[in-house]
Amino acid sequence: MSTATSTIQELANREYQHGFVTDIETDSLPPGLDEDVIRTISAKKNEPPFLLEWRLRAYRHWRTMPEPRWANVHYPPIDYQNIVYYSAPKPRKKLSSLDEVDPELRATFEKLGISLQEQMRLTGVAVDAVFDSVSVATTFKNKLAEMGIIFCSFSEAVREHPELVRKYLGSVVPYTDNFFAALNSAVFSDGSFCYIPKNTRCPMELSTYFRINAANTGQFERTLIIAEEGAYVSYLEGCTAPIRDTNQLHAAVVELVAVGRNSHIKYSTVQNWYPGDKEGRGGIYNFVTKRGKCLGENSRISWTQVETGSAITWKYPSCILQGDNSVGEFYSVALTNHYQQADTGTKMIHIGKNTRSTIVSKGISAGRGQNTYRGLVKIMKGADHARNYSQCDSLLLGDKCGAHTFPYIEVRNPTARVEHEASTSRIGEDQIFYCKQRGLSTEDAVNLIVNGFCKEVFRELPMEFAVEAQKLLGVSLEGSVG
Amino acid sequence: MTGVIDIKETYFSRFSELERALGEREGSPLHRLRQLAIERFAELGFPTTDDEEWRFTNVAPLAQVSFRLPAANEPPAVELKQLLPSWLQAAAGPRLVFVNGRMIPTWSNTDGLPPGVVVTSLGQRLATGAVPAPLGRYADFDVHPFVALNTAFFREGAVVALPKGCVLTDPIHLVWISAAAGEPIMTHPRHLILAGVQTQARIVESYFGPEGAVYFTNAVTEVVLEESAIVEHTKVQQESTEAFHLAAVQVHQDRDSRFTSHAIALGGGLVRNDINVILDAPGTEATLNGLYVGTGRQLIDNHTRIDHARPHGASHELYKGILDGQARGVFNGKIYVHPGAQKTDAKQTNKTLLLSDEAQINSKPQLEIYADDVKCTHGATIGQVAEDMLFYLRTRGIGQDEARRLLTFAFANEVLERLSVEPLRAWLEARFLQSPTAGRETHR
Repeated sequence: MSTATSTIQELANREYQHGFVTDIETDSLPPGLDEDVIRTISAKKNEPPFLLEWRLRAYRHWRTMPEPRWANVHYPPIDYQNIVYYSAPKPRKKLSSLDEVDPELRATFEKLGISLQEQMRLTGVAVDAVFDSVSVATTFKNKLAEMGIIFCSFSEAVREHPELVRKYLGSVVPYTDNFFAALNSAVFSDGSFCYIPKNTRCPMELSTYFRINAANTGQFERTLIIAEEGAYVSYLEGCTAPIRDTNQLHAAVVELVAVGRNSHIKYSTVQNWYPGDKEGRGGIYNFVTKRGKCLGENSRISWTQVETGSAITWKYPSCILQGDNSVGEFYSVALTNHYQQADTGTKMIHIGKNTRSTIVSKGISAGRGQNTYRGLVKIMKGADHARNYSQCDSLLLGDKCGAHTFPYIEVRNPTARVEHEASTSRIGEDQIFYCKQRGLSTEDAVNLIVNGFCKEVFRELPMEFAVEAQKLLGVSLEGSVG
Repeated sequence: MTGVIDIKETYFSRFSELERALGEREGSPLHRLRQLAIERFAELGFPTTDDEEWRFTNVAPLAQVSFRLPAANEPPAVELKQLLPSWLQAAAGPRLVFVNGRMIPTWSNTDGLPPGVVVTSLGQRLATGAVPAPLGRYADFDVHPFVALNTAFFREGAVVALPKGCVLTDPIHLVWISAAAGEPIMTHPRHLILAGVQTQARIVESYFGPEGAVYFTNAVTEVVLEESAIVEHTKVQQESTEAFHLAAVQVHQDRDSRFTSHAIALGGGLVRNDINVILDAPGTEATLNGLYVGTGRQLIDNHTRIDHARPHGASHELYKGILDGQARGVFNGKIYVHPGAQKTDAKQTNKTLLLSDEAQINSKPQLEIYADDVKCTHGATIGQVAEDMLFYLRTRGIGQDEARRLLTFAFANEVLERLSVEPLRAWLEARFLQSPTAGRETHR
């Protein structure tokens, strides 16, 4: 169907709309990494000794680790000594209100459609905006503080709540976990911290917008979310980044700890970093470690992600289901276009009894994109009556792209029930035909089918994000999905 | 059993023994092939669990036994009947019978074949120096250390060649018996099946051994299907539960050909089956069926790989496992659709029934797809006998054990009912109805 193909082509060829660079004076270290750099980062942030020690241990461990090559992605070797490990917008003074935020920075957010005021006023979303590596504005903080909820930048948490940081930092993703987690542990500059006390339902969606700006600055955020007994929080993470020629490494770590009984953490991501140009030049390397631990009985962790950006995406948001009856969920839409590569999926480790997990993964490949689902479902010996359902669908648009599925299923308990199904196909010509027959244009038909394909994931997103996610798919490629 | 042996040294010294025994001319194509293979094996060594393809299968126990090449042929002192299971006694068709790696002419029978059909012992072919050209061309020993080992060591097996248009109605049986031989021995069966244009044939490979015996079977089968050929390959493995059984089947398909494999794994202590099918021309179809049953401490590893290299290919795969005791199962199925292999239709299913607390399964169905106009699916399920089904049967007055047996049989029967070799199917059905997991205590 040539019209459908041309629509797909058109959509596939759209340029990245969020490409622009903001000139702000940055306070950066020279490129390179050694123990002195780590000491400097730690000193700049006035960190307590335990954290510096931890960073140094992580660094020493990192130096002993080989860089992993097993993922189904290809990229030139990264020179870790040619990366700037610290870059912060120069602070003018302590900020007490939004008006004091750097006007240039504010303008950048306006361009991205993330007006803080608008968000505060209209949506009631508390936004902790991270510009490069340091938080510059935090909203709704006082309101949250009244309820005992802590929502602040990681540096602030280190200063104000060192006991919590010390207790939970690295408890889900230890620095020994993998190459990029070790690197992050050594050099992380900032990130978000969130603590929900007992029997508290966070009244609003907490959200952070990340933005990578200064050239050659690897961004190493660290996010830690802790939910006590009966607590609930929904956290949003969204990103855009300006056009750059050189690749930028991004190795974040996100740790979720559902500590208490009946705690529930919902973590949603819309990722739209610069994917490189049509020839595959430039773009972000997004090598992220995300993991949650359900410690309490009946606790629950949900991951929802819409991945449309980055030259290379390599991440597996995972759940360790340790508490009895705990629940893990993973909903994902990953889109690769042009020369983008994605190797993403999840791990569900069932340890407790009656633990349940659901995996729904939708992969869309176009152009020369390579999209891989890689997942692990592991039922340990004591996980009686564990239950898993996995579904991985891939959609292919064009004959030069690829879609791959590598699920690992390891079962050690006979009472477990595990189901996995995967399918790969291209957009249905009969479906397009059916829609056109009803008077829809090809483009509308393709859009409709795409929305249908991703619906199961989109409906897991909070309202604020669902709209943005659909817009993003539209920008990147929406029509081609079916 | 000794401690860990030096693998390289041991297999090199066995290789020299073999060279002396065979007396092949230095520099002959076959000798060169063996040389290359043993050198490649020396480089590869035994795989470790760091190797993704061997992640769940630790072959370390294999490195603890120093296997010998079987001694020169002693005619077995028993009747063939005593060694063969009943289904094979009843099976019609030509057969080649091998005991401890050597063909027994008096027990073999290739009478009544249509003119032009070759069913012959590889050992006899090698003795005359007439090595069939494609031998070693398809089974690649570059990556797979045990294929390298087989290529270095093979001295017996079967060559089957069908001329254009030949249709065989009876299956050809290739029977491998390991009889007690005092010390642990290793055999390297090698089969070459050449199905010419518009031919039809069924090949049945079977492997047996006395319970408790320690030995090492390392088989390689190459199957080449020319245009419009139809080949059905059945493999029944009932080795001793102390034995090591490693086998690789390499299939190459030409235009409009159809290949079917039935892999029934009942015995063996450490078992690894590799089936690789290359759909190398348009319009081909491959069907892979498998059933593996493990009890005790058995480890059964099934690896399949289907390469859709050309358009309009279809593949269907169904592997089912029943695991009891402390048995471990591995399923690794890969469907690889090459660029340009449009209109591929591939379907893969793996289902496993776990019957005990200690049984384990590692399932890894994989799709790698580089073409867009394709329909590929895979599915995997793991569980135990469903409570509601048990309940249904019990409300009909069927006892708990009987109901469980019936349901397990029904699970296995989805694969069994596809078998075309009737005596085998009937025998397996009876076995499974009686005791679904007593797969190996097979004879009679």
